[in-house]
Amino acid sequence: MRGGGPHSDVVISSRVRLARNIAGFPFLSCASRAQRDELVDIARRHVLGSGIAESMLWVDLPDSPPMDRQLLVERHLISRQHSQGNEPRGVAIAIDESVSIMVNEEDHLRIGVLRSGMQLDDGYAHANQIDDILEGKTDFAYSSTFGYLTACPTNVGTGIRISVMLHLPALVLTGEIEKVKRAAKDMHLAVRGFYGEGTESTGDFFQVSNQTTLGRSENEMLDDFQMGVIPKIIEYEHAARHALADRRAHVLDDRIHRALGLLTHARLLSGDEALALLSHLRLGVTMGRLKDIDLVSVNELFLLTQPAHLQKIAGQSLDGEQRRRFRAEFVRKRLGASRSTGSG
Amino acid sequence: MKCDKCDQPATVHLIEIVNGKKIEKHLCEQHATEDGVAVKMSAAPINELLEKFVLKHSPSQEADEVQACADCGMTWEQFRKRGLLGCPGCYAAFDDALMPLLERAHEGGNCHIGKAPRCAGTDELRQQRLMQLRRELEQAVASEEYEKAAGLRDQVNQLERDQK
Repeated sequence: MRGGGPHSDVVISSRVRLARNIAGFPFLSCASRAQRDELVDIARRHVLGSGIAESMLWVDLPDSPPMDRQLLVERHLISRQHSQGNEPRGVAIAIDESVSIMVNEEDHLRIGVLRSGMQLDDGYAHANQIDDILEGKTDFAYSSTFGYLTACPTNVGTGIRISVMLHLPALVLTGEIEKVKRAAKDMHLAVRGFYGEGTESTGDFFQVSNQTTLGRSENEMLDDFQMGVIPKIIEYEHAARHALADRRAHVLDDRIHRALGLLTHARLLSGDEALALLSHLRLGVTMGRLKDIDLVSVNELFLLTQPAHLQKIAGQSLDGEQRRRFRAEFVRKRLGASRSTGSG
Repeated sequence: MKCDKCDQPATVHLIEIVNGKKIEKHLCEQHATEDGVAVKMSAAPINELLEKFVLKHSPSQEADEVQACADCGMTWEQFRKRGLLGCPGCYAAFDDALMPLLERAHEGGNCHIGKAPRCAGTDELRQQRLMQLRRELEQAVASEEYEKAAGLRDQVNQLERDQK
């Protein structure tokens, strides 16, 4: 989320996830508590003992305070589903947050690799390497007909989920976003929101991911994304941005500066409002129409204005009203500092 | 044309050849049924009316006939409710019923293409054996048969060592 990476004006992040189950165990829907415990033990031992990353954290989720779990969701390191409940489960996270391996989510293992910008090849290469390392330690449930066997038949085969998080404010402003969504759906791709599965797209952010995993190889799927769908969407967004700048510059600048005005002067800011305003601010920065704010600062604000992050920063738990107040104050200070230093 | 036996319209027309003589019968549905030359069409299901046909249930009707998974005990009905399978063995147990569902979910894809683990194809039997041993181990622990459990644990460990 924070970095740049290729095509970072439109592509926020690339993610590759592999679903795997340890052979000889039932899937979690039929696993006893003792088996879930054993799975956590095995996974934790193998994941932490394999040198997957230079430093790795292990978080035992049932023992974690709710705020920590929420923080992990906000950083896209675990799913919302994984953050809830008290069954034995956990997550291993590379210290640079490029890798997160969820244990006992829907499948025994969900190997996730996250990259800034458009870096799917690199992301898959890393996920594949981790898969190879773990396969050297334990067998995964696999059949020659169905491939890697997963709890839900919609993931069986390669078990791969390729997702790209896109920032498409110009397509939303011009109303062309519906065409893009329809085209993606026709190609059997899912278009989801900021937090992935089960969330509607929030504001101008869209996560595009594959839905089919059986009958096509990992590389074919990656090619679809890298050569086909994503470059096309980036092209459409660029065209929409240019059209706005050429023909309706005053409307575009009004949106951008209105967002900046509210963010630097509001006394109360809800999460959704912050997201929508920051999106327009980001558009202004990436189009070079706001010179004294840098992209990294804006990207950081997306992350830090979420509820659990705000409360960590405040050092105390805050109710809704207190959060809106604290968020507004925090954003004002951050943007003030970012502009007075003139960075970017 | 009226029925030979009443004033109702004749709906069944029968031509019989008895000893080289042609006999024509024209009967209403009720008299035809009474004479045993026709069955009561409207009430009878189509599979009782036809003599020769191939019966193929659609997957959802097949629920009762699909055997539960021998490895984990999950039934097809349970899977339909939850959307999640019970164990790797379910894929083989529900093979026929799953296939149309997989094809729908994966744009017609019904066979894996892509990465395969190094051990692919060599040890599906061992995976099943491991599963069975672990199940027995669970049961032994639950019924406090600790000596038996220890023996089973040794077998599990041995199998795991063998696979690496």
